Amino acid sequence: MSQDTVVKNESSQPNKEKPKWDELLLKTSMPFLAMFTALLIGAVVLLLLQVNPFEAYAAIFVGVFGSVSGLTQSLVKATPLLMVGLGICIAFRASVINIGAEGQIILGALGATSWALAFKEWPAWALIPSTLVVSFLAGSVWGFIPGYLKARFKVNEILSTVMLNAIALQLMNMLVRGPLIDQAGVAAGTYLAQSEKLPETSWLARLIPQSLLNTGTFIAIGMAILVYIFLWRTTIGFRIRAVGLNPDASRYSGINVPFYQALSLTLAGGFAGLAGAIEVMGVHHRLLEGITSGYGFSGIVAALFGGLHPLGLIPASWLFGSLLVGADKMQRAVQVPSALIDVLLGLVVLFVVGSAYLSKKWAANRLSNSKKANGAQS
Amino acid sequence: MEQVLSQAVLVGIITSAIRLATPYIFASIGEAFSQTSGVVNLGVDGIMLVGAFMAYYVVLKTGNVWFAVLAAMLVGIAMGLLMSFISVSMRAEQGISGIGLYMLGLGLSSLLFKVLVGSVQTIEGFKPLDIPFLADIPVIGEIFFKNSLPVYVAFLLIPAAWWFLEKTTWGLKIRAVGQNPAAADSLGVDVIKVRYFAVTFGAVLASLAGASLSTALVNLFQENLTAGLGFIAVALVYFGGWKPVGILVGALLFSTVNAFQLWMQVLGVDIPSDVAVMLPYLLTIVALVAVTSRIRPPAALNKPFDRGEN
Repeated sequence: MSQDTVVKNESSQPNKEKPKWDELLLKTSMPFLAMFTALLIGAVVLLLLQVNPFEAYAAIFVGVFGSVSGLTQSLVKATPLLMVGLGICIAFRASVINIGAEGQIILGALGATSWALAFKEWPAWALIPSTLVVSFLAGSVWGFIPGYLKARFKVNEILSTVMLNAIALQLMNMLVRGPLIDQAGVAAGTYLAQSEKLPETSWLARLIPQSLLNTGTFIAIGMAILVYIFLWRTTIGFRIRAVGLNPDASRYSGINVPFYQALSLTLAGGFAGLAGAIEVMGVHHRLLEGITSGYGFSGIVAALFGGLHPLGLIPASWLFGSLLVGADKMQRAVQVPSALIDVLLGLVVLFVVGSAYLSKKWAANRLSNSKKANGAQS
Repeated sequence: MEQVLSQAVLVGIITSAIRLATPYIFASIGEAFSQTSGVVNLGVDGIMLVGAFMAYYVVLKTGNVWFAVLAAMLVGIAMGLLMSFISVSMRAEQGISGIGLYMLGLGLSSLLFKVLVGSVQTIEGFKPLDIPFLADIPVIGEIFFKNSLPVYVAFLLIPAAWWFLEKTTWGLKIRAVGQNPAAADSLGVDVIKVRYFAVTFGAVLASLAGASLSTALVNLFQENLTAGLGFIAVALVYFGGWKPVGILVGALLFSTVNAFQLWMQVLGVDIPSDVAVMLPYLLTIVALVAVTSRIRPPAALNKPFDRGEN
């Protein structure tokens, strides 16, 4: 679009609402453009590896949308992405970058497993909610540590959360091979690195027979709505967003910036912890190695793709949940390693953050153009 | 405990520490260039992984370590230019673009490894290179002068980087655009160009760090070979206060802890291996807490430069 046409459009329609719609369209189309570019580059990589990209991408698509099981699996994978992404949204809104979701998921899963196994005899109505709360608290501890270190010592939260991920991973490996190990596996001599099966009273109900889809998905969607209300309808949420939008102005107006940044990281940890609990209580019914499946990182991608908005995150996490399922199916159908998906995710992140500047610049350009046009009219 | 502290073990730990410091030094010095110019590159780990794989693959196919070095440098240039384009030209939020680059590198190296190699195979990488005469000195010679070439290069990189950043015009320009890009710009320094250079040079060093790991230290490649080493390297830059000598101290501290941990496992000292593996990561956090409030980062760190033109 040349600048002249933009000016003409603006001058013929000095309607104030219209540019906003344009902006929204631009904002929502940017991630898709980023995705398209990533797929294009991914295709080039595949060609270089002498793999037919159409075959690979078709396998992803058919794998997800070709069967009911594909669809339910995509929802199962979308659930932790949504939960993790909500935490990431809250943190990003306070301009804190939470890379620690992997570790926070682990802590949540550890908390849920230990709690549910410790109070086996409790009825479901007491055990399920209390386990969820414990997992939220456990995850938020892993968010509070980097939050506190940032607020108190100005420690870069990206680095501290990455380190905490590694520590959490070792902690889980240690516990799941030691105190938490499934005694049945020990008796059978397999020593599988997994915990004992959780009591049935702690399981989240399955929604469709023969599938892993469980009520955790509804919990996640409910949380998305809650987070939306929290960020846009409460004072604390407003302050968190203010801190992110303009830390200096927030400071001058009396908002305790480090406190709200630490708080946002703590909450982010809590939501990632819930994701871990849902994996344990709804999907696997026990703690096992590799419980995070990289959701801590793919959740970041979903959050960025969803425009860091809790409601935008719902479709975005479903999209990426589908991609993850499709990648597994592709690996089996056409023997293309599912690592391809990590390549695509990385590219999507790069292009989404890269394009943010373009849309900002276009918006600014248009604004100045429309000002010029209005000036010429009057 | 006596066995643990015997002379042979101490020499062993120090020798391992010197060797293990190599990838830290390469990657951290590279990151120091990038950050001194004002750009945080958090994708170091991803660049290292791709560099490590390419170098490994080239040695596997050709047996020539020099081609491997060349391949790693090309990887560094390509990924450095990509990072520069996103973070400098497109002024992206640097924390996130770095994570994107990390994910790209992690995925790409796994994908290439699975498609092109498939199973873990060792290679014959850089051979130990005894320095004449010096290698014959008892103890000292064994520790310092019987290493492979990348180890020597890493240690020579410290004074070279110091000289470049402190004593040359280019170094001055890099520091200037990291402290006050607007002022540098008004004096005619091309801020964008200098940052492209610093980021890309840093990425080449990161890629070489990966190559040193896969072709000189462990002589193999596997998925996620670095296990977060690149992130520790970024932390070391903070720890070292953006100074090559500080980075050297940090790198040696970390490699010593790592070597100690490995030797304890070899000797069968009774600490759970999971706890031992945690040590470097815990130490990173402690180190960051200890230094962060006392150091002053480049003033324009993490701030994209915009001349304010449209």
